[in-house]
Amino acid sequence: MEHGNLIHELLGGVAPEGVPAWAIVLVTAVIGVSLLIGVVSVIAMFSVWLERKVSGHIQCRYGPMYVGGWHGWAQSIADGVKLLMKEDMIPLGADRVLFVLAPALVLGSIFGAMAAMPLAPGFYFADINLGVFFILGMSALTTIGVIMSGWASNSKWSLYGAMREAAQVVAYEIPLGISLLAPLMVAGTFNLLEASEAQSGWFGMKWFVFQNPFLIPAAILFFVAALAETKRAPFDLPEAESELVAGFMTEYSGIRWSFFFMEEYAAMFLMSLVGAVFFFGGFESPFTSLAEWAFVTEAGADGSALRTAGLFELPLLYHVTAGTVLAAKALFGVFLMMWVRWTVPRVRIDQVMTMGYKYLTPLALVVVLFAGTWEWLLS
Amino acid sequence: MNEYIGIVAGILLAGGITASMLILSSVLGKKNPTPEKLEPFECGKEPFSLPMGKMAVSFYLTAILFILFDVEVIFLYPWAIVYRELGMLGLVEVCVFVGILMIGFVYAWANGALEWAGQCSTGQRSTGQPRRD
Repeated sequence: MEHGNLIHELLGGVAPEGVPAWAIVLVTAVIGVSLLIGVVSVIAMFSVWLERKVSGHIQCRYGPMYVGGWHGWAQSIADGVKLLMKEDMIPLGADRVLFVLAPALVLGSIFGAMAAMPLAPGFYFADINLGVFFILGMSALTTIGVIMSGWASNSKWSLYGAMREAAQVVAYEIPLGISLLAPLMVAGTFNLLEASEAQSGWFGMKWFVFQNPFLIPAAILFFVAALAETKRAPFDLPEAESELVAGFMTEYSGIRWSFFFMEEYAAMFLMSLVGAVFFFGGFESPFTSLAEWAFVTEAGADGSALRTAGLFELPLLYHVTAGTVLAAKALFGVFLMMWVRWTVPRVRIDQVMTMGYKYLTPLALVVVLFAGTWEWLLS
Repeated sequence: MNEYIGIVAGILLAGGITASMLILSSVLGKKNPTPEKLEPFECGKEPFSLPMGKMAVSFYLTAILFILFDVEVIFLYPWAIVYRELGMLGLVEVCVFVGILMIGFVYAWANGALEWAGQCSTGQRSTGQPRRD
């Protein structure tokens, strides 16, 4: 079922006569993207707290327990405020412009990539037909920021970290892109909303992995490549605390350092979102189907009912359910990444490169060809 | 083109938010730079070597190989989107395309372009065993 853009419809309803259409689109976009960046920031902060709790419990301890009362839930907020108050420091001999620009580019490109992400079937702000292509392209920009930071820091640790990042990300970009070809073939679209829509049916379980068995190995390949792309352990060689101090962010402190940190968690969430949409059903689940059956009527689906009935009309509950389902899937992916980090030891750089080029790339190509054959045999 | 207004707004907002956080931090944070504090990190002593920009050749080799494969992936993306319409012809054509690329891949592999430098130059092949020397 096609769903209209709820914010756009709502604004169209309250806007006075004579306001041009593009102005409404612009206001919708600004509101929506602010909302999106807010959601991503909150989720990134939540993930930092979650990581500390998960790592704590995996190591038989509690993790943060005091700040804010219940299980240290406010730890990330306190850390954020503290980092904001830290001294603004640029090391001697650093390239000042690039040094300041690098963390902003890293975090900004992840935030920018989020713009193409739909929050719910009726909450999207840039419904472009190149959706996932744009997301991958923007998130690849973070690599440039990391290399920039390593180059500008005037520290050998930073430079080594940055070069490792360059080699590693470049090597894993390929299996990441190829493994994503398999679901794209089934979906026939780059658009995230359309891809999610293509998985509705079977009471919300017509996920791409269930439509084509070769998508299961593709999903595993995507997960491994996404770990390397977001430089998570066991592929966290660009940071490698035990050898490179802190890798590319050795010389960074305060808010600029926290940008790298935020970026890591936002990128994990973004990669998990892409994986959830293109492998594991997107918004679709039995809950979504139930909510759609209960709350969405044919007449109200395009959001036009909002003009008369207001935002708190029943379809909203459907959109909230769908958004929650997608966020839950993505957060589960983030949790898996954390689980892997605290279970598997870090690999060596030659092992990383061997795995990327010699195993993952040919394997991903084979999986795609098999998935294509399956699709052709079925049709 | 209306869809791309959201993209432009997203990129501008992302830049604005990060820039304002940087400015806020530099306003709020105190300033007390000392020569020792501003030195590049070295484990508790004066830095004894600076980055020279001289790296193992493998890094550059990796980057060159990446271009080969990335172009391939870019060509494959539109193919994946229209795969259902192309049918069997599309599958055969892409098999030929990937096959030609695989020749290059096997050539690079056979010539050791995929080996990491440390393994070849020192004559020390990584066996996973600790070195005994």
